[in-house]
Amino acid sequence: MSADATRSVFSDVERVPGARKPDPILVADGVHRAFGGMVAVDVDHLEVQRGKITALIGPNGAGKTTLFNLLTGFDKPDKGEWSFNGRSLAGLPAGKVAKAGMVRTFQLTKALSRMTVIENMRLGAPRQPGENLFTALVPPLWRPREAEITEQAESLLRRFKLDAKRDDFAGSLSGGQRKLLEMARALMNGPEMIMLDEPMAGVNPALTQSLLGHIQALRDDGMTVLFVEHDMHMVRHISDWVVVMAEGRIVAEGPPDDVMRDQAVIDAYLGAHHDTDLGDDALLSDEVAEQLEAEAAEEDAERAEEATRREDEEGRA
Amino acid sequence: MRSAVVHGVRPARARAALVTLMLALLLCAWWAPPATAAAAECVPDSETACISGRIRTAAGDPATGVRIVVEGQGFAGEATTDADGRWSVAVSEDGEYTVTLDTESLPPGETLRNPQDNPRTVTADVGASTAALFPLGSASSPSPGTSESPSDPGTTSPDPGVDVEPGAEDSSRPGAITFPRVAQQFTSGIIFGLLLALASVGLSLIYGTTGLSSFSHGEQVTLGALAAYVFAQLMDLPLLVAGILAVVVGALSGYAQDAGIWKPLRKRGMGPVQLMIITIGLSMALQYTFQFFFGGGRLRISIATPTSINVGGVIIAHQSLLSTAIAALALGGVAFFLQRTWTGRATRAVADNPALAAASGINVERIIRLVWIVGAGLAALGGVLIGLYFNVTSWNMGGTILLLMFAAVTLGGLGTAFGALVGSIVIGLVSEMSSLVIPSDLRYAGALVILILVLLVRPQGILGRAERIG
Amino acid sequence: MDWTSILANVAGELFHPVTAAYVIAAIGLNVHFGLTGLLNMGQAGFMLIGAYGFAITTLAGNSALTGFLVGMAAAVLFALLLGMPTLRLRGDYLAIVTIAAAEIVRLIGRSTSMTWLTGGNAGIAGDGFKNAFHATCLLPEGDTTVLFWTYSNCYSNSWWLRIVAWVLVALLCLLVWRLMRSPWGRVLKGIREDEDAVRSLGKSVYSYKMQSLILGGCMGALGGIVFVLPQAVQADSMGRPTTFFVWTLLLLGGAATVFGPVLGSMLLWSSLMLIKSVMRDVIPATVLRTEQIESFSFVVVGVTLMMLIIFRPQGILGDKKELSINVR
Repeated sequence: MSADATRSVFSDVERVPGARKPDPILVADGVHRAFGGMVAVDVDHLEVQRGKITALIGPNGAGKTTLFNLLTGFDKPDKGEWSFNGRSLAGLPAGKVAKAGMVRTFQLTKALSRMTVIENMRLGAPRQPGENLFTALVPPLWRPREAEITEQAESLLRRFKLDAKRDDFAGSLSGGQRKLLEMARALMNGPEMIMLDEPMAGVNPALTQSLLGHIQALRDDGMTVLFVEHDMHMVRHISDWVVVMAEGRIVAEGPPDDVMRDQAVIDAYLGAHHDTDLGDDALLSDEVAEQLEAEAAEEDAERAEEATRREDEEGRA
Repeated sequence: MRSAVVHGVRPARARAALVTLMLALLLCAWWAPPATAAAAECVPDSETACISGRIRTAAGDPATGVRIVVEGQGFAGEATTDADGRWSVAVSEDGEYTVTLDTESLPPGETLRNPQDNPRTVTADVGASTAALFPLGSASSPSPGTSESPSDPGTTSPDPGVDVEPGAEDSSRPGAITFPRVAQQFTSGIIFGLLLALASVGLSLIYGTTGLSSFSHGEQVTLGALAAYVFAQLMDLPLLVAGILAVVVGALSGYAQDAGIWKPLRKRGMGPVQLMIITIGLSMALQYTFQFFFGGGRLRISIATPTSINVGGVIIAHQSLLSTAIAALALGGVAFFLQRTWTGRATRAVADNPALAAASGINVERIIRLVWIVGAGLAALGGVLIGLYFNVTSWNMGGTILLLMFAAVTLGGLGTAFGALVGSIVIGLVSEMSSLVIPSDLRYAGALVILILVLLVRPQGILGRAERIG
Repeated sequence: MDWTSILANVAGELFHPVTAAYVIAAIGLNVHFGLTGLLNMGQAGFMLIGAYGFAITTLAGNSALTGFLVGMAAAVLFALLLGMPTLRLRGDYLAIVTIAAAEIVRLIGRSTSMTWLTGGNAGIAGDGFKNAFHATCLLPEGDTTVLFWTYSNCYSNSWWLRIVAWVLVALLCLLVWRLMRSPWGRVLKGIREDEDAVRSLGKSVYSYKMQSLILGGCMGALGGIVFVLPQAVQADSMGRPTTFFVWTLLLLGGAATVFGPVLGSMLLWSSLMLIKSVMRDVIPATVLRTEQIESFSFVVVGVTLMMLIIFRPQGILGDKKELSINVR
């Protein structure tokens, strides 16, 4: 979908937290999770548009990963409801959520190190009768499906350029390759929505570009992508919609550019910045305030430049 | 094992089912028809040799319900004398066997005429029968202690032993629930709990500071008791001196372990599971080393006849009072140390979060070394006092109470010393008071059921903290 | 020193039914720990339950086959009871729960209040429970001598039992080999590596862990039955030390390998027999009594376990790369 078409899908969507989307694949209501006295997640309403890349950003401790864990069944909320394709997933365990078509990857990659790459991939496939204890004892019952799975795995590995590593132990791959493997493995399930938890973390910059390309390709194939990231440049580069969280709540939503300009977002980030210096009176001095203003101004200027450049491009297109 | 993290949805119904089934199992043991001592009549043949005997009281009547243990050639078996005072045990290999009479199963007032001949060694021949004789002499010393002993000779695994209450007909069935009995069991529970706490505090702190579940901690307890035995009985030192020396031996062993085994392995980065399995191997090696040197029988740290006092219907031996006082003092000292001294607070910090403690400048390795020394020393003290309290010790005494220690520590909260204390008192009370309602040789089973239930309901224990997943 | 006699004893240990019993129990533990990463520290509990189930059933007049089935059914029940609440706990908690559960089984089994069912601490009296198995014997009655070894053909510690036990070992090895190379085995390997990853792929981790627990538990029960057939059913003979021996021999042979349990058991028991026999012959009884030699052999086992973990955790047959010391 071109940038134009994307913008038109979102043109009628309000730029407010909890905005309704034209065709949401995931709708969450009143999700609340507290640890002891500390509220980790307190989301009133969230909708994720089908077939688009949505970024979930926010400072550390904002609750992004906790929200991920809740939505995918890896954690239990204190209260909350959410549905995927109209089907309620609240309270379902992680395995069932994945089966329903919503898969996730992890911040710290969970490539199964002591298994080979191809075995990792085969594990991701659903509906293998050999995974039943009794059927497993009769190879002719599951060999055909195994062949199918292997073919699917190999084509995905080719797509992600991991085919050469097919028979190596996953533990011998580099960090970035393991991220790709985890993504590829999640795709074996044939999901409708993939949730990536910090896909760029620990990946060397050379691989970042190709990773971004893969994510965009997924979206172009019709998959919905929701990812958590800290890297603003990456977020700006590929996301169609951005949701900002801070202290467990959603503070802003919108296209990447709008969100970057939102005062609430700036406060959330700079606010976190200030929090860590609370004890130090010296930092309340004028110099520091000026410096921070200068930083903010710089970023504004950058964004303005970027916006102008894009307009120029479109003007030319 | 740092955080008691539970995945997924907890099936409340499954929990209820498990609890019901376990209670049913215990109740079924309680409602079972009275235990008639069924003597298996042994008949020698091409595969079997018999070791047997007949026991009569000093007056010449058959002594029933006396327990005999036979061990050897990798085999362990027991028998109980029947209505005729006869017993027999079948073994399948030629060779020497150790036959031990469980003196606590003797009828009230009976003792062995030749106690030095217990245990005795006999040679069995396949196809023949061998006799082992235990003549009984005249009645003498009053019954020791106020509670049951934790150890048992001759079996290859630990065993809680039999109720010593004089006058009890069927010794394992619970009697009527009367206030004096309740008070007696309650007192025993508190005392046992305090003694257990001495052993458990070290276990909990070792877990907290190093993440190690030490399955050999039971052997630290045995070490203390056996050391006291050596000093008091074999070297004829006064009891007090023997006790102190035993504690020193224990503390030194803690130092040696950390310096020689645990620190090097920590440096290697060995994971907690591997370390745990090493403690299992160490536990086996130590236990059987003790058996190697001290044999499979029961030993007494002090052979003085215990005198008791009666406090409002509750009978307590003087020795037990003293033990309780010492235990309370020691625990009080530990509490003071942990709360009021800098090192103590540092210890609590390390036990709570070693990484954070290290980051704040605490020398974690020194604290760990201290924890091992003090923990092992306390366990040794616990061993001495428990040995005195039950008036018996043996090679596997610690092994018997190891699971109780784990139950106590888990119940109270892994990693906290106060948790160990609270948990120990509860476990002590549960195991002593449960004998009011379930057969007394099942009372440790009751404590273990508590352990399992705690893990289901509140894995972090009473004083522990549930931790966040992501 | 009577070398012929010593070597005959040692070699005899190699195919002794009790050695086979330990192999079977270790194969079960291998499914638990080697394949799935479950820290089952209560395998002796499964063995004891299998033994009681078999003995009580056959004493009541049923066939040996019924006895085997009842023993295994009891193990399935025990696994369900044990697994339902605990498979959701972190791995090392499972270790404590399984130890406690096995101990509870032993304490109940040996309690004098249970004498009506289990014989209490004396165990099940006599050899009556062996009759049903005796009746299945395909060999003629009497004794047979092969090389150095004379055993009864059919009764108790017999040739027939040896044949049955080791055929069972072979079948179970085949089963494990087949399962390890199947998609079912792949899921378990994944669980051993990282449960969350497998969950995120849509598999019900709990269900697979339970299947593993049940399968390994049934094998433990079979091991328990084979263990008691040449001996007696006695709660104390299947306690914590038994569990730890099974662990030692599994780690010795190599966890997560097909033949690890076989090699480990044969090696451990024959080595112990060698040590004990040599010591008995060489060291006069005045220096070391027989019981002390027994104790010493167990010390050897404990030290072996420690050395294995420290220096060669993958055991003899294990693959260092596939090191399976990883806890679920």
